[in-house]
Amino acid sequence: MHDLIATTALGAAAPCVDHHGPISLTEEPGFALASIAARRGGERTTILAIRRMIGPTAPKAGHWAGARIIAFWTGPDQWMLEAPYDSEEFLFERAIKEVKGKASITEQTGAWCRFDLRGTNLAAVMERLCPINMATFTTGSATRSSIHHLGCFVLCRNADHISILGPRSSAASLHHGLLTAIRAAF
Amino acid sequence: MSQINRLSGGKIDRHQILNFTFDGKTYQGHPGDTLASALLANDVRLMGRSFKYHRPRGVLTAGSEEPNAIVELREGSRQEPNTRATTAELYDGLISKSQNKIGSLRFDLMAVNDRFSNFLTAGFYYKTFMWPSAFWEKFYEPIIRKAAGLGSISLKDDPDDYDRGFLHCDLLIIGAGPAGLAAALTAGRAGAQIIIADEDFSFGGRLNSERFTLGDQSGSDWTGQTVAELSSLPNVRIMARTTVLGAFDHGIFGALERVSDHLLQPAPGKPRQIFWRIYTKGSLLCAGATERPIAFENNDRPGIMLAGAMRSYANRWAVTTARKVAVFTNNDDGHRTAADLHAKGVSIAAVIDIRPDAPQSNDFEVIAGGQIINSRGRLGLKSIDIALPAGGIRQLSCGALGVSGGWNPNIHLTSHHRGRPEWLPDIAAFGPPAKGPAGLRVAGAAKGDLTTSGALNSGTEQANAWLKDLGFVPTAPDLPEAEDAPISITPFWFVKGCKRAWLDQQNDVTVKDVHLAHQENFVSVEHLKRYTTLGMATDQGKTSNMGGLAILAELTGKAIPEVGTTVFRPPYTPTAIGAFAGRDRGTAFRPTRKTPSHAWAEEQGAVFVEVGMWLRAQWFPKEGETDWRQSVDREVLATRKSVGVCDVTTLGKIDVQGADAATFLNKIYCNGFAKLAVGKTRYGLMLREDGIAMDDGTTARLAEDHFVATTTTANAVSVFRHMEFARQCLWPNLDVQLISTTEAWAQYAVAGPNARRLLQKIVDPEFDLSNEAFPFMACANITVCGGLRARLFRISFSGELAYELAVPTHYGDAMIRRLMQAGEEFDAVPYGTEALGVMRIEKGHAAGNELNGTTTALNLGMARMVSKTKDSIGSTLSERSGLKREDALKLVGLRPVNPANPVPAGSHLMSKGDPVDAAHDQGYVTSACFSPNLGHFIALAYVKSGDSRMGEILRLVSPLTGFDHEVEVVSAHFIDPEGERLRA
Amino acid sequence: MIINHPLLGPRDSAEFTYMGDASLIDRPDWKNPQALTQFIDYGYMRDNPAGAHCELWYHEQGDRSFLVVTRDTTTHEIFSVELARDVARSRGRST
Repeated sequence: MHDLIATTALGAAAPCVDHHGPISLTEEPGFALASIAARRGGERTTILAIRRMIGPTAPKAGHWAGARIIAFWTGPDQWMLEAPYDSEEFLFERAIKEVKGKASITEQTGAWCRFDLRGTNLAAVMERLCPINMATFTTGSATRSSIHHLGCFVLCRNADHISILGPRSSAASLHHGLLTAIRAAF
Repeated sequence: MSQINRLSGGKIDRHQILNFTFDGKTYQGHPGDTLASALLANDVRLMGRSFKYHRPRGVLTAGSEEPNAIVELREGSRQEPNTRATTAELYDGLISKSQNKIGSLRFDLMAVNDRFSNFLTAGFYYKTFMWPSAFWEKFYEPIIRKAAGLGSISLKDDPDDYDRGFLHCDLLIIGAGPAGLAAALTAGRAGAQIIIADEDFSFGGRLNSERFTLGDQSGSDWTGQTVAELSSLPNVRIMARTTVLGAFDHGIFGALERVSDHLLQPAPGKPRQIFWRIYTKGSLLCAGATERPIAFENNDRPGIMLAGAMRSYANRWAVTTARKVAVFTNNDDGHRTAADLHAKGVSIAAVIDIRPDAPQSNDFEVIAGGQIINSRGRLGLKSIDIALPAGGIRQLSCGALGVSGGWNPNIHLTSHHRGRPEWLPDIAAFGPPAKGPAGLRVAGAAKGDLTTSGALNSGTEQANAWLKDLGFVPTAPDLPEAEDAPISITPFWFVKGCKRAWLDQQNDVTVKDVHLAHQENFVSVEHLKRYTTLGMATDQGKTSNMGGLAILAELTGKAIPEVGTTVFRPPYTPTAIGAFAGRDRGTAFRPTRKTPSHAWAEEQGAVFVEVGMWLRAQWFPKEGETDWRQSVDREVLATRKSVGVCDVTTLGKIDVQGADAATFLNKIYCNGFAKLAVGKTRYGLMLREDGIAMDDGTTARLAEDHFVATTTTANAVSVFRHMEFARQCLWPNLDVQLISTTEAWAQYAVAGPNARRLLQKIVDPEFDLSNEAFPFMACANITVCGGLRARLFRISFSGELAYELAVPTHYGDAMIRRLMQAGEEFDAVPYGTEALGVMRIEKGHAAGNELNGTTTALNLGMARMVSKTKDSIGSTLSERSGLKREDALKLVGLRPVNPANPVPAGSHLMSKGDPVDAAHDQGYVTSACFSPNLGHFIALAYVKSGDSRMGEILRLVSPLTGFDHEVEVVSAHFIDPEGERLRA
Repeated sequence: MIINHPLLGPRDSAEFTYMGDASLIDRPDWKNPQALTQFIDYGYMRDNPAGAHCELWYHEQGDRSFLVVTRDTTTHEIFSVELARDVARSRGRST
């Protein structure tokens, strides 16, 4: 076992938590990510592999699905897998075993920072951030959008809980943008 | 006495007093007031000076179409010029100033311009400042610049924030007058997601300004009840103080919400304004109509205003401009103003109606068939001269005059897609074009339905039309009975014989100017507009365009619809640039990307440089170092002597996987990758299809079907895009998958003779780093520090024995600390981008300066890399003769003949004895630095046939700075040309 | 503008990067004896129609699909949106 200590995207040992009005904004470092892209002819196998990892259905375009391990659609025949880091640090290796050479797997854990918005009326915050139509962006929706010029994945976990995954190197800029929007909205 | 012009009633809260200042003097008003209404209440008619002639001007309108009452609001860093007093909502502590004057508003020294009006007519600039041409820059332009513009800016940073936002709806209703409210009620009750926006702070539109009843309710009661119902509907979003500025493509509208303009300053964290982008399936324009004036001699005196505005001030704001007023009209609506003011106890001097058959009144005198031919009063209206129908002139004293020439539908948004407005003869005005923006319907006065009843009905009708289209069940709300008087108007634009009769009061364009333009053959409306500047100011001619067109029509003997009209463009009203910028300013202008070692580098006192969005450590100053060169030289020498560490995470990393990954890379890079062995890395040169070098980097083969390609920092995004293009559009049947891993790995270069010894302390012992087991250009998946997954590449940018070690980014901070700790025994140094640059120049490696978008593989000395045995992007067009000429530029090294001389990048090279001119240019310096290892400056340069000119002495010149020295052409490989170090 | 993405539905064109004429799909065969001339035409010759125009849009802030968008250059009306990959395959692009 190595003895290196991971830092969060914002650079601290512990995640950053902010509260403002009815909204909380938390940095969520505790998850592993792996991308999964079907190889030519491996589309069916890939979907079956995803199902084995996440549950009965693989998410279609614009959605996520799953429970402990989830997958969200990122492009044609492409998904991202997400799971708790503590138990699934080697999510990418697990995925490689599942797809049996029919999909390309890439570890993405370190590439993204994740911020979660929790509270009521998250639409009031989101409408200042990106063009996602919150009226139709309900539980199970997942899409990529541009937030403060950063390509981010946005997942609606439920009506009062949204996750935003952004490029890790810009975590501080993204965090500032999110916090600013919350303070402007409430 | 305070507020001597205040009447009874109105939609103001008299219980609250708001103090404000205008030109330093304190006045009082009430909530509900605008700055204009409050000034009028305090008997202030003079509010500004005109643009060109500096004539005294007062308020003309009661809305956003205002051309005259343009003021500076607030002070200090919040000072804002050119704001319409008619829309500025009054608040306690508001500070306002008049503008465009030298001296005081009452005694403006620039008013002398009015005396020279004969010289300042249309085309004045074009005619006057033609010669002598040398005068333009030094004399004319400074004067014009000083005289131009109205308000002044603070030159301080705006302390406030602006937000941008995005909204979605089924139906956007633009305008909340009777038509908009009826439409909102209809669509809201049907359950559609609607947004109703109005630029005013109070909904109701003209209902706020009229005495009409709707059923048994007053207009404002009906409005209040309607807004209350709309507010209770969850599917309705009500946006007051929100101007829809433009209709863009496919149902996108831009709207500006003034969140805090009516406050002393925005609440903490809250923006001043929000620029909304609204996405809607359908839209309904209910923007109402704007009254237009009639031009007559000296029609611009303070106190002369539009009749509808005069009525608004009386009914909505309980203000009269004077105790005795007159009305000049060509239609029945003008008479309403007289009736309403009479009802409020204001004395009506007379209604002058150009129509001989004008309706008469029992309450006031109506001069049917009369025309106003002049006005008097230096700083405000005192009297008017009336040409009587029976002949003769009558002078009538009055302090204010309401003028009504009819109403123009506010169709601006309907022609934002170039639609040409259509003439509506019934109301003698232009209505919406037959083909406006797709998905935009029009209702109410904006459509030409000028009656209240017409507005309510057409709002309902059009909303129902949308409901049907959108799949909702249409509803018919119980519309109240409302005013439905027939429109009676006799088109009349200007009084014959008038000269200094103002059409465009903001740009000081007169009837005479239009005559002059026509006389000079500007007969198209577009030319007329640009030559006279009619309609070009901040009000965009909302009250003036029609008058100009009508006169041009008369002069050209055409009907108005034949003359046509200019079309409107966004924004509907002036918009602060800050609102478009949103939060993107200062350090938040764009996101900042930080490397995994950023925090550690900060602790070391690193100096950072922006590389695209990245912040990279440029050098790491040590105590006692006062000059950047000291730090950089030390870092270079220490690295070459022992070992140095540099964060190279910023280089783009692209995971290329799939059965055809090698085939794909063969097409992307001009050199071959198919035969690269697993566990090896190769340098690749990527060309654009036109044969110009696009990017370069190393690509490692981790498995038969798995590569990691690296790009330069600057091109990471564009190379990925290029590869996706090739994958999806050119070779869609290849089995290849791409994903960026730039952010996934923290990558450190460890370079120098002790690099291996340092890494052996980090890399787990089962991985053999010996030169035999892990030679130059090897790569492997390894583990470090007791089991952390990592990647190791033996590649070298510096020319030293070097490796790049990658670990998952979240361990990047821990890894830099561990590396530096392990390196202590070797005196390891961190080095920044400057030292990186020095070492790569010493080694003769090309970088962005050399791959500068104009150079080919041949120029770079890599012509042989372009494989002829396979197809790759750029390989065919590389064969063009023009790119392969014999004297093509070649990359070489340069060193100064006198070692003390610098070799500045950007300098050009000349053969000795040749004149210094472009025709004799031999090439140019791309990269230069001081080499601490060689003890003098060195450079990389492109030189014509440079590879065959080794040893030649050239002149290095910079004609701009007078620089002129001799340099020797040498190999670009200044250090270790045989490559022994990196293979050690 | 709104581009109706075949997989994701209507999306703001601001999420896309405009990548030029869709004729870029029709890259010539490098083995053709006329390859040099064909590549010059491919690289430099463009139609500039006032009307329907097939163009490439890259959903850079989205799913990274290249789309072939047929758009009226005078009105911005969009007639069709297809995945460029499908268009390329249908035009016989292969390895």
